[in-house]
Amino acid sequence: MTQKTALHAEHGALGASFTDFGGWDMPLKYASELAEHQAVREAAGLFDISHMGEIWIEGPAAAEFLNYALVGNLAAVKVGKAKYTMIVNAAGGIIDDLIVYRRGETTFLVVSNAGNAPTVAADLSERAANFEVEVRDASAETSMIALQGPAAEGILLTQVAAESASIVTDMPYYAADDITVAGIDVLLARTGYTGEDGFELYVSNDDAVALWRALLAAGDGSGLIPAGLAARDSLRLEAGMPLYGNELGLETTPYDAGLGPIVSLKKEGDFVGRAALEEAKAAGTSRRLVGLKGLGRRAGRTGYAVLKDGAEIGVVTSGQPSPTLGYPVVMAYVDAEFAEPGTALDVDLRGKPQPFEVVALPFYKREK
Amino acid sequence: MSKVLSTLRYSAEHEWIDAASPARIGISQIAADALGDVVYVDMPEVGAEVTSGEPCGEVESTKSVSEIFSPVTGTVVEVNQEPVDNPGILNEDPYGAGWLFTVEVTEEGPLLSAEEYASANGGDVE
Repeated sequence: MTQKTALHAEHGALGASFTDFGGWDMPLKYASELAEHQAVREAAGLFDISHMGEIWIEGPAAAEFLNYALVGNLAAVKVGKAKYTMIVNAAGGIIDDLIVYRRGETTFLVVSNAGNAPTVAADLSERAANFEVEVRDASAETSMIALQGPAAEGILLTQVAAESASIVTDMPYYAADDITVAGIDVLLARTGYTGEDGFELYVSNDDAVALWRALLAAGDGSGLIPAGLAARDSLRLEAGMPLYGNELGLETTPYDAGLGPIVSLKKEGDFVGRAALEEAKAAGTSRRLVGLKGLGRRAGRTGYAVLKDGAEIGVVTSGQPSPTLGYPVVMAYVDAEFAEPGTALDVDLRGKPQPFEVVALPFYKREK
Repeated sequence: MSKVLSTLRYSAEHEWIDAASPARIGISQIAADALGDVVYVDMPEVGAEVTSGEPCGEVESTKSVSEIFSPVTGTVVEVNQEPVDNPGILNEDPYGAGWLFTVEVTEEGPLLSAEEYASANGGDVE
């Protein structure tokens, strides 16, 4: 059965059209997904991302446990900071990509993708068997709102007390802190999935509507508009961020995805997938995730073949016309020998090969 | 709700056609709304022969691509440059400035009245 977030009725009232995503009935767009995309690049957008999973890990062995359960060195993360990481199976295949926040010496918050949340929670519980930790899936009672864009900090500051303003202004990327926003207690994180500056706010379901309304009202004069999953997808694609189910999956190792550096083979002790990942690293990958820039006007789409001189050498994982850049952008897996930036390739657009060129990811990078 | 103009007839594939000669053809607002923001339109050339029910172009949005099926058989007489230069016009004014091309019709495909089309696909007849 399709699940609904605590903000579902708000979206309906705002005129959203909905789509099923990871088992959730989520807003796809409100009026125009291009306008929502542009608002996030130039001002700000407000996203309901309550479909994401939140799993708390608590106990004396929390850090040691996460080092065993995940590929990164979570024990090295400082309290208040966050890390992008993955949970893989014994074969090194990606079960999910995650953000893990260290909230205390012995307390971590693991954030997973919507559709994977139950699997991640179950796998973490299973892997915790020999560790002194508690794994608590708080997904059902937690809402998550993302405020993204260059105006995000200014909008947020109107909703926090003067004495806590520095928590916001001094917060670096990939950090989090407890704070009161619009009179509501939230966990505020400077993270996001759009390539812009911005924040993700974790809040109890009971307070989600009040927080959503307060932020929308606060941003009214700054160009803030609610933004749906269509804009979220085009923004993350421009920013070269992988999407689970498109770029990442059980058949993919972090090395295939060009994310080898997040695997900490140097950390002490065994971890799930270590042997397979050591092997994968030593063997080198036969295929690589690349960015392709369209030289024509038409976009490659998920599943389309990538060609070199007519022969199939890869497949598109995500693709669409880039609203910001004005040309089609594609992420694709290609044979490693064709992964060098500058390589000319074609994408088979329904029987008609169209020229594309390998470029370094991300396609879009904000000016700092 | 998407608008369905009572003065037009429609194909099951969401194209509309008016009663003029040559006949003007476009895509319905229901189709435009379902596609999302249109960013690219590929149309037949002037002089091309089109066949009812056969693809003769493509409409591409940020999220998806769909083919334009000709609702009639005949020869393309004129192609509207406006959607090529400004694809968003298909979202803003699919029955007006966003028309696609005109055809000297030799044979009509199966066409639906506005009421029939709206009852099959939703939308408000105006």
